[in-house]
Amino acid sequence: LPLWSAERSNLAGVQHVLLVLSGKGGVGKSTVATELALALRVAGKRVGILDVDLCGPSIPRMFRVQESAVHQCDSGWVPVFAHQDKSISLMSIGFLLEKPDDAVVWRGPKKNALIKQFVSDVAWGELDFLIVDTPPGTSDEHISTVEALRPHKPLGAILVTTPQAVSVGDVRRELTFCKKTGLRVLGIVENMSGFVCPHCSECTNIFSKGGGEELAKHAGVPFLGSVPLDPQLSQSLEDGRDFIQEFPKSSAFPALAHIAQQILDGTSPRSS
Amino acid sequence: QGCPNQRLCAAGAAPDPAEAAELRTRLRSVKHTVLVLSGKGGVGKSTFSALLARGLAARDDKQVALLDIDICGPSVPRMMGLEGEQVHQSGSGWSPVYVEENLGVMSVGFLLSSPDDAVIWRGPKKNGLIKQFLRDVDWGEVDYLIIDTPPGTSDEHLSIVQYLSAAHVDGAVIITTPQEVSLQDVRKEINFCRKVKLPIIGVVENMSGFICPKCKNESQIFPPTTGGAEKMCQNLNISLLGKVPLDPQIGKSCDKGQSFLAEVPESPATSSYLSIIQRIQEYCDLQHSQEEKII
Repeated sequence: LPLWSAERSNLAGVQHVLLVLSGKGGVGKSTVATELALALRVAGKRVGILDVDLCGPSIPRMFRVQESAVHQCDSGWVPVFAHQDKSISLMSIGFLLEKPDDAVVWRGPKKNALIKQFVSDVAWGELDFLIVDTPPGTSDEHISTVEALRPHKPLGAILVTTPQAVSVGDVRRELTFCKKTGLRVLGIVENMSGFVCPHCSECTNIFSKGGGEELAKHAGVPFLGSVPLDPQLSQSLEDGRDFIQEFPKSSAFPALAHIAQQILDGTSPRSS
Repeated sequence: QGCPNQRLCAAGAAPDPAEAAELRTRLRSVKHTVLVLSGKGGVGKSTFSALLARGLAARDDKQVALLDIDICGPSVPRMMGLEGEQVHQSGSGWSPVYVEENLGVMSVGFLLSSPDDAVIWRGPKKNGLIKQFLRDVDWGEVDYLIIDTPPGTSDEHLSIVQYLSAAHVDGAVIITTPQEVSLQDVRKEINFCRKVKLPIIGVVENMSGFICPKCKNESQIFPPTTGGAEKMCQNLNISLLGKVPLDPQIGKSCDKGQSFLAEVPESPATSSYLSIIQRIQEYCDLQHSQEEKII
């Protein structure tokens, strides 16, 4: 083997790398990354999340480990282990900040340097899935992340949108980004798709409906499902709780479980 | 394809004195500049920028300019009903695209030929375009320049603050939603503003509760688990400009490129927006009269 190779690297023990992308901000990338990790864990998989959103790192809080710090070992940085049984590994700039309100006001080159480190210097060990949560857009973070991950042959990307045209408009551009960078699109998730009033069960399409599904059809990529707005999900994320284990009857659960199942089906030994 | 002046896109360094002078000249005709910021994506910056611009332009005697510096995800053209419009060049520079006679818009969206075109640029190229937007767009005499930004605290934000240092910025309006996942990013943005000495006009809490159209009960879809914007503003000694509830018609009118304020005047969200716009106008007027006293 050459001095450096994908086989020797810190990602050598990671079976599948998948990215969660969106052209649009605030559509639920971190939410989908978190819930997917929790669902894959229930299916017995070892999961890690790499959070490359350097300006707005949401992952630490979503697992209630925002106070944790990162330690070093011989092979690099030790990820933070989350969940009661420490079964989910995390890395985020959130763990490296002295004060949580400190703004990371970096231009591209500095962001790129940290992302390269995040990809190569975290000692993930053996993982079935490494989920990469990204900031919105198609810029430095995305270019650097895809470039750094290329030797490790990512499985592909899940694109998250909300139903309305303003979001879909940005996600179309993200699809082009995937095409141009050779990143396979695993599918589109339409998040915040309808809200069922807990008092009277009336469904209101607060952010419209159907845009994500239409985009998937138009672009010829799989549609992974519609996730409704669910105050219990928002609350779980605020509190860093395991929504998948604690709220299986909540309205967003079936769709989130279905997304995870499709990822599992797509990566099972029988499929190729 | 893409930007017509690609070769002019330089590395994003701080403006040199000659450049600073150029920007100062161009922006001399702008009376008030307001930046719309948020650490968090998807909280309603573009929605708010568009409505702020429309609200201010409701007065015929005011000239309003809306500049969209979200290079990767330009939402403003659609929200203003200007999808598919292109930028024209004249002797005096780039012409903004006009929604009304007194409301002009500029966005990278107008430079893209297809809705699938992705702007996959690193920082320096983005900075170059932002500089061009400030230097080469012929806004004319403007009472209010509203600048819509992407989420975060990065190249676009550093650059706009640096380039605008040649001119006068009234301040920043910061948008958030009630939950801590948003607030934790917004606090960073507030820190950014303080670091670069950008005055903060105040905070707007968007998506603040939803009233079911059928049973009229309220649901907190994005729960203010840590006290919402109200608590944050108290803690940081910043003005809370107002709270805007969720209304499905907001998203719909943005998608159709219509003014929510005009389409649904009876919505509680409309009254919230109008009151917030009023407060921003008052803040700007106060700045103006303070400056005149100094001169």
